[in-house]
Amino acid sequence: MAGELPFEKPLVELQSKIEELRKFTEEKQIDLSDEIVKLECKAKELAEEIYGNLTPWQRVQMARHPERPTTLDLIKDLCTDFVELHGDRLFGDDSAIVGGVARFNGIPVTVIGHQKGKDTKENIARNFGMPHPEGYRKALRLMQQADKFNRPIICFINTQGAYPGMAAEERGQSEAIARNLREMASFGVPIISIVIGEGGSGGALALGVGNRILMMENSIYSVISPEGAAALLWKDSGQAQRAAESLKITAQDLNELGIIDEIIAEPLGGAHRNYALAVQEMRKSIEKNLTELRNLNSDELVEDRYDKFKAMGKYNLLSEIS
Amino acid sequence: MLRDIFQKKRKYATLPKEKHVNTAPSVEKTQVPEGLMVKCPKCGAISYSRELTKNLKVCHQCDHHYAMNAFERVSALLDDGQFFEYDNDLRSDDPLSFPDYLNKLESDHQKTGLSEAVVTGEGTIKGFPVVIGVMDSRFRMGSMGSVVGEKIARAIERAIEKNYPVIIFSASGGARMQEGVLSLMQMAKTSAALAKLHKAGGLFISVMTNPTTGGVSASFASLGDYNFAEPGALIGFAGRRIIEQTIRQKLPDDFQTAEFLLKKGQLDKVIHRKEMRNVLGNIVSLHSVKEGI
Ligand SMILES: [Zn+2]
Repeated sequence: MAGELPFEKPLVELQSKIEELRKFTEEKQIDLSDEIVKLECKAKELAEEIYGNLTPWQRVQMARHPERPTTLDLIKDLCTDFVELHGDRLFGDDSAIVGGVARFNGIPVTVIGHQKGKDTKENIARNFGMPHPEGYRKALRLMQQADKFNRPIICFINTQGAYPGMAAEERGQSEAIARNLREMASFGVPIISIVIGEGGSGGALALGVGNRILMMENSIYSVISPEGAAALLWKDSGQAQRAAESLKITAQDLNELGIIDEIIAEPLGGAHRNYALAVQEMRKSIEKNLTELRNLNSDELVEDRYDKFKAMGKYNLLSEIS
Repeated sequence: MLRDIFQKKRKYATLPKEKHVNTAPSVEKTQVPEGLMVKCPKCGAISYSRELTKNLKVCHQCDHHYAMNAFERVSALLDDGQFFEYDNDLRSDDPLSFPDYLNKLESDHQKTGLSEAVVTGEGTIKGFPVVIGVMDSRFRMGSMGSVVGEKIARAIERAIEKNYPVIIFSASGGARMQEGVLSLMQMAKTSAALAKLHKAGGLFISVMTNPTTGGVSASFASLGDYNFAEPGALIGFAGRRIIEQTIRQKLPDDFQTAEFLLKKGQLDKVIHRKEMRNVLGNIVSLHSVKEGI
């Protein structure tokens, strides 16, 4: 197993033991198949136990796994005829956000997402999937194009957050994010936002004002990174694990809080272990939601989105408390 | 015909009489106890707090703008300080059962008399009715949780119904961490409400005061038809320390100040507090129907 996470160690050890026995059987012509079957059974149980009981912090690690399918991986597998489009027409082309036009099940769609790299070199080129204002403005431009030509929009969310840099501030990071929030709320086409890895703060939400919000089983969505929260709350970023629990950031938590519409199941051990299976589940979910949304006219879509976000939040009336 | 074309389509009615409830938000009157002296954090000048309040909390020597609480802001801005407050019965919940959150809310309530970090309502400026929201950074650093988001969204909805302009004074450290992702979603909620106002042709004036950062800066505060700020206000998306850690260099002293952002093209105007009422009154009047050409 490549790229294993710390909590997967017992499983990895068991699997390598099984592998050893197999080799032994072949080389020495001794039949150990009974033993192998037993261990395989045990490995299966162990896998189910580990992956069936992931802690929030373990989900964070899964969500950040370097081999997880990226936006471009998913577009390639979900869509046909993809044409990537570049630039915000104002300043530049931000490679931390990708987007373009494609077909999903034959339907023309606009696809946009944060793009992380898979290795250091690519991550540097992609700025670790942390956009500058021009990234959000590119996304906005592509969404406006989708709105004009009546194409549904599918957004893939996967960022630690908007880039906290000097140039980003000077060019209006806040304004770029804010404008996307307002404009997304007003488009008359179906918007589906899918958190595929990390959904970090406003930089994630800038692609997140959808009629449907879906999350992959091992993704997270949070107002602040667990490390950031720990640093603020307990002046110790080492307490990230504790923060991950308190902040309620897993797909399961958000589903319980009523923020998201659906969890997209991942193959056992995470999407990075089997892209095809992960994509198959995602396709089903997009199909279902897109079909529902395509029954709404543009005014209904705007109203649907407004009602959805207006309902988010928890508060009490004074009269109810006392 | 011609006259119709040149006239603005919006008409601001006058505030109905019964709405003139002379309340100001339930806030203690001054931040500094009366009779005490205050030392300016910028130039060191000593002022009597009563004098300072009279001077709209602006240092007489260096023009430093001290923080204003919601009550002071409303009094300084609206005609005769008359204000009809909205939704002051909304109270925060503790949706994540976050350690210590309820205690912190209670203690800020005790300290400030505020029920939350924003006060919303309506009044008039130079005779023009407006819906106004004023954040108060003394309550949870002005952070935006469910109540702040809901109050702002409701205020905008009322402004759409009544055809009134919206003015929001921001003062916020950003998101209310203790409400987790619910707090994040208030950015979308308030922006979606502004999308409705925008579509209806309504006017929104955003005034950023010290500090306006994070989730508030990256949502409604940046979405004004006019984006204004007070002198010296800290305005930005990311915190200074985080940026310095990320880029591994020291930032210039004036980075993320209102003046810096004005230079970078991110603001329409920096407005001295003593000019605020005049400028806002003027803008609102420019957007209202006047006897035509
Ligand atoms: Zn001074």
